[in-house]
Amino acid sequence: MQMPTPDSGIIARKARVVARLRAALPRNAVIDDEHETRAYECDALTAYKCPPLAVTLPASTQEVSTVLRICHEEGVPVVPRGSGTSLAGGALPTADSVVLGVARMAEVLKVDYDNRLIRVQTGRTNLSVTGAVEEDGFFYAPDPSSQLACAIAGNIAMNSGGAHCLKYGVTTNNLLGVTMVMMDGDVVEIGGGYMDAGGLDLLGLVCGSEGQLGVVTEATLRILPKPEGARPVLMGFDDNAVAGACVSDIIKAGVLPVAIEFMDRPCIEATEAFAHAGYPMCEALLIVEVEGSDAEIDHQLALITEIARRHNPVELRESTSAEESAAIWLGRKSAFGAMGQINDYMCLDGTIPVNELPMVLRRIGEMSDSYGLKVGNVFHAGDGNMHPLILFDANKPGDLEKCEAFGADILRLCVEAGGCLTGEHGVGIEKRDLMHVQYAPADLEAQLAVKDVFDPAWLLNPAKVFPLDVTEGRRGSGASVAA
Amino acid sequence: MTITTEAEVVEAIRSAQAPLSLRGGNTRGMAGPGADLSLAGLRGISLYEPGALTLVAQAGTPVSEIETTLAAEGQRLAFEPMDHRALMGCSGTPTIGGIFAANVSGPRRLAVGAARDFLLGVRFVDGQGNVIKNGGRVMKNVTGYDLVKLMAGSRGTLGAVTEVSLKVLPTPETNATLVLSGLDDAAAIAAMALAMRSPFEVTGAAHDPAQGRSFLRLEGFETSVSYRTGRLKDLLAATGAELEVLDAEPSATLWRDLRDVAAFHGAAGDVWRVHCRPTEAPALAAKAGAEAHLYDWAGGLIWLRMAPGTDLRARLGRYDGHATLLRAESAAQALLPRQEPEAPGVARLTAGLRAKFDPRGIFNAEALALTP
Repeated sequence: MQMPTPDSGIIARKARVVARLRAALPRNAVIDDEHETRAYECDALTAYKCPPLAVTLPASTQEVSTVLRICHEEGVPVVPRGSGTSLAGGALPTADSVVLGVARMAEVLKVDYDNRLIRVQTGRTNLSVTGAVEEDGFFYAPDPSSQLACAIAGNIAMNSGGAHCLKYGVTTNNLLGVTMVMMDGDVVEIGGGYMDAGGLDLLGLVCGSEGQLGVVTEATLRILPKPEGARPVLMGFDDNAVAGACVSDIIKAGVLPVAIEFMDRPCIEATEAFAHAGYPMCEALLIVEVEGSDAEIDHQLALITEIARRHNPVELRESTSAEESAAIWLGRKSAFGAMGQINDYMCLDGTIPVNELPMVLRRIGEMSDSYGLKVGNVFHAGDGNMHPLILFDANKPGDLEKCEAFGADILRLCVEAGGCLTGEHGVGIEKRDLMHVQYAPADLEAQLAVKDVFDPAWLLNPAKVFPLDVTEGRRGSGASVAA
Repeated sequence: MTITTEAEVVEAIRSAQAPLSLRGGNTRGMAGPGADLSLAGLRGISLYEPGALTLVAQAGTPVSEIETTLAAEGQRLAFEPMDHRALMGCSGTPTIGGIFAANVSGPRRLAVGAARDFLLGVRFVDGQGNVIKNGGRVMKNVTGYDLVKLMAGSRGTLGAVTEVSLKVLPTPETNATLVLSGLDDAAAIAAMALAMRSPFEVTGAAHDPAQGRSFLRLEGFETSVSYRTGRLKDLLAATGAELEVLDAEPSATLWRDLRDVAAFHGAAGDVWRVHCRPTEAPALAAKAGAEAHLYDWAGGLIWLRMAPGTDLRARLGRYDGHATLLRAESAAQALLPRQEPEAPGVARLTAGLRAKFDPRGIFNAEALALTP
C-alpha cells in the first residue's frame, strides 16, 4: 500500500506550526515529541505505520475549530482520529500531517428519554453511550465488535455497523444530528433532535465520509428501549448452500431476527480448538437470535426451527437459559481471537447479495488453495456482510503481500457477485486502490466533487478512500497555497 | 417525445438550453418551473430477491406495481410512503423515483426509518449529462461517500434519478391499534412518549385533536400483537384515557387515512408539515394557531392546515426542527419558500453541491429554498 510522499516544505515548517498550535491551545493539548507521537503512528491496521508531524488533543468544539483553522492557514493536512480502532487505516497519519484526536471530548451532554435521544461528545466510546442509559432501560443500537474501545466519532466517519443491523440498522440510521467543524474552522450544525432533513440530507452524506468532509465533535443519537429478552438458536448444516437456503427461507417466512451469524468449517474448527464452545463439526453453522417476551421468543424460535428442520440440520440447539445462550455465542465471539491464535490474520469486510453465498464461498475456497493461505469465514448472513479472515505469517517475507493480493481478489469477487468492497469497516487506505473495481470514473468524480465543496484545499484525511492517482491533482493544493 | 431509457435522459439533459422540471407522476408538489422532463417512462422491476429483501426498479415504475409485486411475496415498503394525491388534489400516477426524490415516509417512519433509510443504491444523470451510480443492492455498504442519502430527498435538484435499489421487509401477520380517547394535546404527546419508551415496539403513534383520540399501532405475529396490546393497555391505564382496541381491518384503514392525512382532504387552506422534537410539538401547535392540526411520529411530525398565506415560520420562531409548505394557494407560494431556509453554513454547502452537480442550474430551480 503506497502513501503519498510527504511534503518536505511542511516538515521544514514543523516548528512554526507546532508553536502556533501551542500558543492557541491549553497545555498538554499538543504533542510533537517523536517518542510520543509514535503512539499515534497507526490504528488497528498495524501493518502500516507512520508517526505524524504532531498530535493535537482538543477538549472542545472551539479548540477543534482552532486546530483546523491554524492547519488550514498553514496548509497542513489533518488526520482525524477517534480511538484508532479502524481496520482500514482510516486514522493512519502521514509524516506531514497533524493528527486531531477527539479522545478528550467524551461527555454526555444530554439524555432525553421522552424524545428517545442522547447528545454526546464524539470521543465517547460506543459502549459507554449505552452505558449512560442502560440503567433506565435504553441502549444505542449499532454495535461494532470494537464497541468497548471505538469512539462515536469514528463510528460516524465509517458509518459503523455491527451484528444486529438486520433489525436496527447501522450508524446512519441511528444518527439525528451533528456539530461539525469544517476544515477552515467554521462550525456547522446539521440535523438536530428531529427526524429527517428539511433540505439536502447532508447528515447522510457526512456519515461514512471517513473524516474527509469535517470533524464531528458532537452527535445526537437515537436511543431505543431494550427488548424484554433475547435468545439464540444454533444450527449446523453439512452444506453451505443449504445453510444459505435456510437463511433465505427464514427471511421469506416473515421472521425478522436481530442477528443471523454464519461460520464456515475452517472457522468452526479454529474456534473449537480455542474456545471449546461445543460446536458441531460441520460445513456451516448458523446462530439466529430473536427478541421479545418469553412467549414471543418461543413462538419465533418455533417457526425458525421448523424451517431449519426442513433443511436437515446436523445439529439444532435451542437455548433454554442465559448460560446456554452465552455458550452458543461464545464461539462466535471468540472467532477472531481463535483465528489469531493460529497465525496473523487479515480481516476483510465485503458484502454480497445473500443468495450468492454458496458461489462466493466455493470461489474463496478455490482461491485459498491456489494462494496457499488458509481462510475462515464469519458472515452476517442476514445482511450479506462477510468477514473472511485470511491467515498469514507476518514474519515470512512475501506473506503479507500474498495475503493482500488474496484479499483484493476476494473483494473483486464480492463486487462481481453484485456486492461491494466494504460493508462496515470503511475504505481507508486498505481498499482505496480497489475503488476502480466498484466505481467508474464518473462515479468517483461525483464523490470527489463533494469533497471539493466541503474541503476545497483537500487537507482533511486526503490520502484515503480514493485511489491516489485519481486525487493527485487535488491533494497538496492547500499546501502550495499556504507556502 | 416520451423518454423510456436512461440514454434518452442523458440526451435530453445534454441538449437542454433552458431549465428543466424533472418529474415522475407529478403528485408530490415538487415540480418547479421549466420544461417538463418526465421520468415516468422509465419503467420496470429489473430484480427482486425476496430472500435477500432487495428490489431494483427503474425510477418511473408506478408505486402500485411495486407494492403489488411485493405483496405477492408477503413483503412491503416498510417506510409506508403516503399517497399525496387526495391531499394535493391531483391525479397522476405516483412513481418509486418520486418517493425517494421527496423522501416520502409515513407513520411507520417513527419505528423503522425514512424512505432514505431503505434506499440502497441509485443511478442518476447529473446536470451535465453524466451517468453516476452510487451504493448498490446490498444492505451494508460503506464503499465511498453515501451519495444515495444525498439524492434521497434532493427533490430533483442534483440529478435525474433513473434507477433505485431498495430494501424491503416482510409484512407482519397482523396488526392492531390501541385507541386512547379524551386526552388533550399535551397529555396525548406524553402518553405516546410513554408508549415509545416501552419495549412493545409501537410502529405508529398519532393523535387527532379534533377527535380527541390518540392511536398506537402494534404489528407482528398474532400472539405477539395481542400480548403487547395487553401490556400497553396496562402501561397506559394511568393516563386516565378511555381505551379501546381496533383489530386488523379497521386498524389498517385507520392508518391508511392517517398516512394520507385524510382529515385534511377536501378542505381549503395551506398545508404545512413541521418536523420537531416530539415533546415540543404541543407548544409549537399552540403558537401556530392552525385551522386544524394532527400529530404523527409521536409528535415528531405536525400536520397543519393554515389560512392561506400565513407565514407559519414567523409564528413558530426558533425551535429544533423545520417547516415545509407542502400545499399552498398560488399567492402564498410566491411569497413563502416551500422548504425551511437553511442556516448560512449549511446553505453554503447546499449551494456548493448544487453548483457541482448542476453547474448550469437547469434542475428544479425552486424546489429547494436557497439562502433567503
